[in-house]
Amino acid sequence: MLNPYLHLNPKIFDKEAEQKPTRDGFGDALVELGEKNKNVVVLTADLSESTRTDAFAKKFPDRFFEVGVAEQNMAAIAAGLAVSGKIPFISSYATFSPGKNWETIRTTIIYNNANVKIAGHHSGIVTGPDGATHQATEDIAIVRSWPGVQIMVPCDSIEAKKATIESLKHKGPSYLRFTRDKTPVMTTEKTPFKPVQTFWTSESPKAVIFATGHMLYHALLAAKELEKAKINVLVTNVAQIKPLDEKAIIELVKKAGKVVTVEDHQVMGGLGGAISELLGRELPAPIEFIGLQDTFAESGKPVELMKKYKMDPTAIISAVKKVISRK
Amino acid sequence: MQELHDDKLKKLEETANKTRQLIIETLLEAGSGHSAGPLGMADIFTAFYFHILNHDPKKPDWPDRDRLVLSNGHICPVRYVSMALSGYFPVSELKTLRKINSRLQGHPHRGSLPGLETTSGPLGEGISQAIGMALAAKLDNKKYHIYAVASDGEQEEGNTWEAVMFAAKYKVNNLTLVIDRNNIQIDGFTENVMPLESLKAKYEAFNWEVLEVDGNNIRAFVDAVGEARAVFEKPTVIIAHTIPGKGVDFMENDFIWHGKPPNAEEAKKALAELRTLQGKIQSEHA
Repeated sequence: MLNPYLHLNPKIFDKEAEQKPTRDGFGDALVELGEKNKNVVVLTADLSESTRTDAFAKKFPDRFFEVGVAEQNMAAIAAGLAVSGKIPFISSYATFSPGKNWETIRTTIIYNNANVKIAGHHSGIVTGPDGATHQATEDIAIVRSWPGVQIMVPCDSIEAKKATIESLKHKGPSYLRFTRDKTPVMTTEKTPFKPVQTFWTSESPKAVIFATGHMLYHALLAAKELEKAKINVLVTNVAQIKPLDEKAIIELVKKAGKVVTVEDHQVMGGLGGAISELLGRELPAPIEFIGLQDTFAESGKPVELMKKYKMDPTAIISAVKKVISRK
Repeated sequence: MQELHDDKLKKLEETANKTRQLIIETLLEAGSGHSAGPLGMADIFTAFYFHILNHDPKKPDWPDRDRLVLSNGHICPVRYVSMALSGYFPVSELKTLRKINSRLQGHPHRGSLPGLETTSGPLGEGISQAIGMALAAKLDNKKYHIYAVASDGEQEEGNTWEAVMFAAKYKVNNLTLVIDRNNIQIDGFTENVMPLESLKAKYEAFNWEVLEVDGNNIRAFVDAVGEARAVFEKPTVIIAHTIPGKGVDFMENDFIWHGKPPNAEEAKKALAELRTLQGKIQSEHA
């Protein structure tokens, strides 16, 4: 059942449940942060509307910088602003930033421990018709190996706003991952923001599903179906992939024994990678990985892509059954 | 910036020579590193640290200090020597360059040594970072000035031109860029590796003010900086023509010395030459 203590959206499983892109929450948070903190500045590489920095730009034109199609320049300018006391958000598609400008960020932001917030948009195959060039599916992997970086992957637009605001508490580089497409709103304003929270609970669970981003919804749908088949699982939202709340994850795995990870990302180097590294060290457990299986996706509707690339609730159900059958 | 009197100029030239000697000694001790660039830029770094910059070596984090951003981090031996000589840290610490537990990393790391404004080495990133500092100064109504030093080779990096376009768009006039035009890079002469000329015309086309100067002539350089500071409507670049390996005969203009240090015998020869040149750098140009 849905965790009654988290004030989740009661209409979560309704057909008419609200859907919003997580980038909207980011845009709302920027405006709020701009009002609260005069040191917040925003830089965009020719994607102000589609990465939702336009409202901030309109309200705070002096603190908004349009760098044009130049992601390396955007990152390094942000580093210079940050070492001078500003809190820059840099906003582009994740394939370009932190993709194209990876080394620039590594040297000028990460190694300098500069307080820059990197917003990577159009993440995952849910980006859909734009095709694989614009579907960021390796971004968590390339960011996660950077020392000292915080990585947040909000599950819906409300959590996206909270995560963006929360990132200011981390006095150093943060990576925030957002999606283009509308995805179900699972949380409410009252839902607390925590790095790891279990959204679906059950007695004597046979497995725990760790999901991140919008994929959490697919995991919840799978859990609901599995419950009908009397297979009890936990579904846990991992909103912050780094630093990983290791203690919380270990406790859940101790309780459930078997693990499935679910993410809209390559199965290598992302959430599944992070959790298997932890479990390999602390608590070896059978684990199955839902995500892109070492391939690129293609153009298509998100729902079609999820099915074809085996990331939909049906695939999650199969993975749960498989992992439970393993010794 | 104060006027540069002849007696001060003489002192700066002596300091530049001392800087060259310390560069040779430091590189010999380190056993690796770059020789030509640091020697070529000794006059400019001396001018910065001992005349141009509004700074306080005892307070490297003073918020109102001028910023000097070194984009081509591989010439850091010259910066380290200038910093040591001006009082940021003891000259004896130069011996630790490139060694374990040292604050003097092989390429400069901001977090390791107070007074370094940025981390650099990967090319093409310094101008952008300097722009960020310049924008922050404007937002905070601060009067400090930002200087960035870049190499000619790194003009080949795309990031350089991204930054150049941006600085013109936002009229970043509290930034002065100095390009070390020494015509060499690791693989050879710049015009063979990837022709850059006309560099002046390129920057003019990107709507920058362009000054050209003999980068081994301290007075000429100081005058150019004064002229650059007077330009209000756009950013200014000073293309400083320097001789790589300047002051050491067998290193001058030879790209072989871009990325290697002298051995003991070569260092001895270089130091002997520099010591006899003491105080005569300017007369060479006369």
